[in-house]
Amino acid sequence: MGDLSEFPLGYRLFLKTYGWRRIRPTPWSPLKRPLAECRVALVTSAGFVLPDQSPFDGSVRGGDTSFRVLPNDADLSRLVDCQRSEVFDHEGMQRDPNLAFPLDRLHELAARGRIGTVSPRHLSFMGSITAPGRLIRETAPQAAQLLVEDRTDAVLLVPV
Amino acid sequence: MCNQTVGLVAAELERQGIATVAIQLLRLAAERVGAPRSLLVPFRHGYPLDAPDAPARQHAVIETALHLLEDPALSPPALRLLDS
Repeated sequence: MGDLSEFPLGYRLFLKTYGWRRIRPTPWSPLKRPLAECRVALVTSAGFVLPDQSPFDGSVRGGDTSFRVLPNDADLSRLVDCQRSEVFDHEGMQRDPNLAFPLDRLHELAARGRIGTVSPRHLSFMGSITAPGRLIRETAPQAAQLLVEDRTDAVLLVPV
Repeated sequence: MCNQTVGLVAAELERQGIATVAIQLLRLAAERVGAPRSLLVPFRHGYPLDAPDAPARQHAVIETALHLLEDPALSPPALRLLDS
């Protein structure tokens, strides 16, 4: 795994020729305090939404660049999988959302002092974004600002 | 595409002063995009923390990712492989 072999031929060809967005220069923010004192948040690309939130729009050309806020006390059993991609198996993350949005694991880390606290808000994107211009210009900065407001120190990002 | 999305969001978070570590499932995307700190895992897409209903295994992956956050010797972009 980690290579293209798990995908159908057509998708493999797409990935090989796709114009990936290189991050340059690479921004870099080291931890400012020990992890045991840090507030940590999650970002997932699983396309999870809560039942009272609007679903991601799988019909948007180039991908839906919006995000949903998932609260610290979200009931993982109620998360709805809106990820439009059909090139991977959704069964695991539907059975156990921690697989792609490990909120229970984060709470366990806080309970045993490995991290300081769990951020009050976490973010869910639908990662099937082939045209990320709007993500880069608008929604990622908006999303980051929310976590800055929450005084989040560190973020674990989990793709699917 | 998910790998690129989290990489791009990670970059914005770092620009705004938040340290990040991104799980990555696809070497091609991880190398081309170059998120600030990446942990490349040997699992299939849809299974970024290895297995459902396996808290210990999920913790093991997360712990490796957290070590990247704590490693002062890393320089950007940092890509590390998870030993399965």
